[in-house]
Amino acid sequence: MTPAFELAGVGMRYNGTDVLDGINLRLDSGLLAAIVGPNGAGKSTLLGIMAGLRDEYRGNCRFRGTELRKWRRRDYARKVSFVPQSVTMEFPFTAEQVVLMGRAPFSAGLFETETDYAAAHEAMQLTGSLPFRDRDFRSLSGGERQRVILASALAQSPEALLLDEPTTYLDLQHQVALYRVLRTLRDRGVLVVTVTHDLNLAAGYADRVVVLSAGEVAADGPPSEALRPECIARIFEVEVGLTRTPSGRPWIVYGE
Amino acid sequence: MGSKRIDSRRFWKLIALSGAIVVAVMLAMPLVGAVKIDLARVLAGQSPDYELMVELRLPRVLLALLAGGGLALAGALFQGLLRDALATPYTLGVSSGASLGAVTAICFGWREAGHMPAVWLGAFCGAGLVLFLVLGIAGRERRMSTFTLLLAGVAMNSVCGALIQFLHSMAGLAQSFSISRWLMGGIDSVDYGTLAWLSVLVLGSSAAVMWRWRDWNLMAGGEEWAAARGVSIGRVVFTGYVAGSLLTGAITAVTGPIGFVGLIIPHALRLRIGADHRLLLPCSFLVGAAFLALCDGLGRVVLAPAEVPVGIVTSILGGPFFIWLLRSRSRSVRI
Repeated sequence: MTPAFELAGVGMRYNGTDVLDGINLRLDSGLLAAIVGPNGAGKSTLLGIMAGLRDEYRGNCRFRGTELRKWRRRDYARKVSFVPQSVTMEFPFTAEQVVLMGRAPFSAGLFETETDYAAAHEAMQLTGSLPFRDRDFRSLSGGERQRVILASALAQSPEALLLDEPTTYLDLQHQVALYRVLRTLRDRGVLVVTVTHDLNLAAGYADRVVVLSAGEVAADGPPSEALRPECIARIFEVEVGLTRTPSGRPWIVYGE
Repeated sequence: MGSKRIDSRRFWKLIALSGAIVVAVMLAMPLVGAVKIDLARVLAGQSPDYELMVELRLPRVLLALLAGGGLALAGALFQGLLRDALATPYTLGVSSGASLGAVTAICFGWREAGHMPAVWLGAFCGAGLVLFLVLGIAGRERRMSTFTLLLAGVAMNSVCGALIQFLHSMAGLAQSFSISRWLMGGIDSVDYGTLAWLSVLVLGSSAAVMWRWRDWNLMAGGEEWAAARGVSIGRVVFTGYVAGSLLTGAITAVTGPIGFVGLIIPHALRLRIGADHRLLLPCSFLVGAAFLALCDGLGRVVLAPAEVPVGIVTSILGGPFFIWLLRSRSRSVRI
């Protein structure tokens, strides 16, 4: 089957500096991948390119065999959804209205269809955002907003879901809940790619970890390979140790 | 806050309600003025009631309806497009260009060009010039964004404002009075030919804006949010700016700048019916239309036979009304 994403020699220059260079990646459906790396490594830029938000990249970035620049924006939005780190709404939209915005690529008429409401309802149920669906989005806490934003992306019924630091505003309970949702989606055949700073969430939940450093892929593989202590020490310039969770997943320890 | 779901029942109920207000104002306002008009004499075609009604009052009310609707809609559009609750139809510079053109015509004593008053023609040219300059500046970017549009618009506002002040300072006493009066904005009786072309421009641009209601909703979450949901940002920003500028430029050329309608009406409606542009835009048009026609009617009678410029009435009435609305928000009844 055609891979979901295929990147070959992808690079990006910003103000005369290469922020990404020579990225080669192949990402298939039914995969939960985490992109990690230090600040300024190019993680969000890479995700932005894949989300179709930055078309000034060089090299080739294809989704389902077609170069991203050639996709019609609306068609692409029916396949790929993107969860930014945070969203502010200027006007009093309810949480449900924000979730229903995810149905925009599918909508044509003046009113939402039963299918739209059903998709929004399921997405809100999955993310635990149903209890505040009638509240003004702006009155929600950071964590509640994050869940609504995720629900909006899920309402797009995507084949690929891209998330930029989705756990920034979430407490421990909701961080775990979010990654469980991502795993559920992965099991349904969705490609999930998340940028994260939390190496242990990546190690604990991702099938594959891509480590970026200075705009290049420094390591790529299952968590136990990509997150080796010597690799982390070299890239993040912090000494770390490695232990295992009860389920055998790697767990990175650090501190003095 | 209760559910703000917009189903067809709620949508058409609110459109019908707003439409009914417009019809009521359109029927009542032509009867309001310093001189009492006998409706029976109008219907019988007897002078001077017939001429007063058909040639003066009715076109004036129709102009107020068009201008109020267009300005309120342009305000709602620019607030949505720029994600700025304080944006008005005048934020992006086109009306300053129109004012500069009109002030230039007054200053140099031009009276008529072709079959059109020179002030209108000057205003059109000024609005058009600013429209193209702003598009030229913002269009130099790889993709037109609201940020560059805003910066270019604010810069043009500033330049036009300075030139208006300069011309004003050089003008003679009579011209200076005319300039001040024009800058206050006002509704006057116009011929039906003017109303016809203004209607085409205002209704056409308004329809184009309303057609894209979904895009304005998505823009409320920012450009990336909208783009990730299928919106072509450059095209939508261009369409919004051109349509809003056509509305504002055409209306300002005929009436001068009328403040407050474009700011207050969308805000007041958002408090009552929510932020969804599919309902906000048509309701803004209808309620804005009724509001301005009502204010113009009041301006004709409060100090009759003198007239209070409608821009002053909109501000005096609109400000306290808006404060009342904000205070009553917590005990609001959802429509």
